[in-house]
Amino acid sequence: MMVQKLALSGDEAVAYAVKQCDVDLVAAYPITPQTIIVEKISEFVANGEFEGEFVPVESEHSALSTCVGGSLTGARVFTATASQGLALMHEILYAASGLRTPIVMAIVNRALNSPLSIHNDHADMMGSRDCGWIQIYVENVQEAYDRIIFSFKLAERDDVLLPVTVNLDAFFLSHNVESVELIEDEVVKKFLGRPKRKYRLDPDEPYSFGAMAYPWNCFEFKYQQVVAMKNAYRAFDEVEDGFSRISGRKYGKLGKYWTDDADYLIFIMGSSAGTAKHAARLMRQEGLKVGVVSVKLYRPFPEKEVLEVLEGKKGIAVMDRSISFGAPTPPLASDIRSVMFANDMKVPMMNFVYGMGGRDFSVQDARNIFEMLMKKDPSEYPKETIYYGVKA
Amino acid sequence: MSYKPIRTLFELPTEENLAPGHRMCSGCGVTVGVRQILLAAPKDVIVVTATGCLEVSTVAYPYTAWRCPWVHVAFENAAAVASGIEAALKALERKGYGKRYPVIAFGGDGGTYDIGIQALSGALERGHRLLYVCYDNEAYMNTGIQRSGGTPYGTWTTTTPFGKVRPGKTEVKKNLMGIVVAHGIPYAATASISHWKDLMNKVRKALSYDGPSFIHLLTPCNRGWRFDPAQTTRIAKLAVETRYFPLYEVENGVYRITVPVPRPKPIEEFIKVQGRLKHLLRPEYADALAMFKKQVEDHYSYIEMMTKATSSK
Repeated sequence: MMVQKLALSGDEAVAYAVKQCDVDLVAAYPITPQTIIVEKISEFVANGEFEGEFVPVESEHSALSTCVGGSLTGARVFTATASQGLALMHEILYAASGLRTPIVMAIVNRALNSPLSIHNDHADMMGSRDCGWIQIYVENVQEAYDRIIFSFKLAERDDVLLPVTVNLDAFFLSHNVESVELIEDEVVKKFLGRPKRKYRLDPDEPYSFGAMAYPWNCFEFKYQQVVAMKNAYRAFDEVEDGFSRISGRKYGKLGKYWTDDADYLIFIMGSSAGTAKHAARLMRQEGLKVGVVSVKLYRPFPEKEVLEVLEGKKGIAVMDRSISFGAPTPPLASDIRSVMFANDMKVPMMNFVYGMGGRDFSVQDARNIFEMLMKKDPSEYPKETIYYGVKA
Repeated sequence: MSYKPIRTLFELPTEENLAPGHRMCSGCGVTVGVRQILLAAPKDVIVVTATGCLEVSTVAYPYTAWRCPWVHVAFENAAAVASGIEAALKALERKGYGKRYPVIAFGGDGGTYDIGIQALSGALERGHRLLYVCYDNEAYMNTGIQRSGGTPYGTWTTTTPFGKVRPGKTEVKKNLMGIVVAHGIPYAATASISHWKDLMNKVRKALSYDGPSFIHLLTPCNRGWRFDPAQTTRIAKLAVETRYFPLYEVENGVYRITVPVPRPKPIEEFIKVQGRLKHLLRPEYADALAMFKKQVEDHYSYIEMMTKATSSK
């Protein structure tokens, strides 16, 4: 089998994966830096390479609404957005997960207005964190491509039936060209199959979707989503095993880099995990015992894996690329602190907000974070969030 | 386009897609209209409903009044949801995975004139094969009679009460049909629940087109319009007979009045039977009444003018 390699940007890689996944419906609205995804899919349509329908809607609200309607027919559905677009979809995010539509959405993570910024941070996805979607973050372009294919497989399982977001960093990934190994069309098609959905809009077996629920049964609907999230957590590794058999690649819920014997760890999400890893590699050459945890699966949160990786560490830095205004800590730091507290584990922790609105996070920055961890006495780590690199 | 017109009640199917036992108010005009529409449509149809009276009252878990596949997602997006269903079925049929069915979306005046106008405009512009029905009871009735863009001038609602300085709503009813027709869709029509044959044949005609179609249906609401629930159909009929709500269709740009009203009844007959409007008959609101009358006359003349102007097309 010849492995086909192409030089693709993150957006293009996503579009390629969508084309290979036998998607029936794409409904999307253009927003920087997601535009290349819809442009590329439109090109596939124009050249007869994409068999599904592309619906160029008039807003992101309608994009996701169109996807929900389409998905309820049993069709395989994809959309993509960023930033303001995701914010405009917010209402329908909950409808999509509540109606158990296995939609896959690429989110090119971009700052939220105001001030207006087209650049990267995770404020968009974190603002919709509790919407009931499975949330996956990727580190590089290959991962973006792979995770789209993986996500359809996970979403469409009978015991899951939840929508998935695949998060890739604005520009750092969306516009960055990398060499991508493609999986053959037929292999992808066979891997995904066409799972038949029991509940769908079909006159031969009519159901009503989106009913009004009263206080005595609404809670039970919501609880079923909790169960589905737990199932998604359990199914994750199995789906990854299947995916690694067709691709030779496996990412895990957490990306662990030199973590086993490390004294100090950085927890980080998205493309800057690669930057932190590079810093760790250089520091390892100097004999410094540092490692990086890339949180790839954010919802459902990999609690067990986080606990395992924390075992025996001297100090950790948790890096958030979003702010939860007025909260004790930003989102990832809150999750990790909560996991530790609930399990009687107390690894000294510092937490940082970094890289807001596309502010660069360099190898030297990652090194600085490691050095702060190592130089300070862990019992004296500041409890408050450090806004790393902000000009005060 | 070819379609099979209905001439007598005996031609109606006996199987209905909207089952009895729903929780719509007695005397509700919407239910009468939806029932007529579904009787005119094929049995195998997919229905989308915007948030509103029709939605909350027909599907309260674990019960449903719908015998056909039905979906509600949110308030402002019925047209977008319907677009997705239509497009997905088209792809599934092309790929050999499924079959296409007619799609009908229902939205109230709030869900259509106001919050849903963008999604509707998008769906009409993109040319999806679907029928969108705006059931117009001229205010947000489900939330308790607040004014909408479809509420007529001078009307009392809970957010446009009449008082010492205001006659009720001070803005005019938006020309929804004008907006819809401007999209250049193949078929758009107004209808009233009092004229069942006119409505049902418009539904058949609408569904015969391979593109978007639209029906603007007047559905009197006894709770919001303040009248005896037994009078719903009579009031719907008066709306037509007084020229308040002209019944016409626009087929490929050609206007045609389907129920001409050569000798209209005085508009006061329509006004005086409704608690929301009858204050206009008081002397202090004489100016507002004159304005109301003028709008009704102007609108009817406009439809007549458009009929003449497009007759040679």
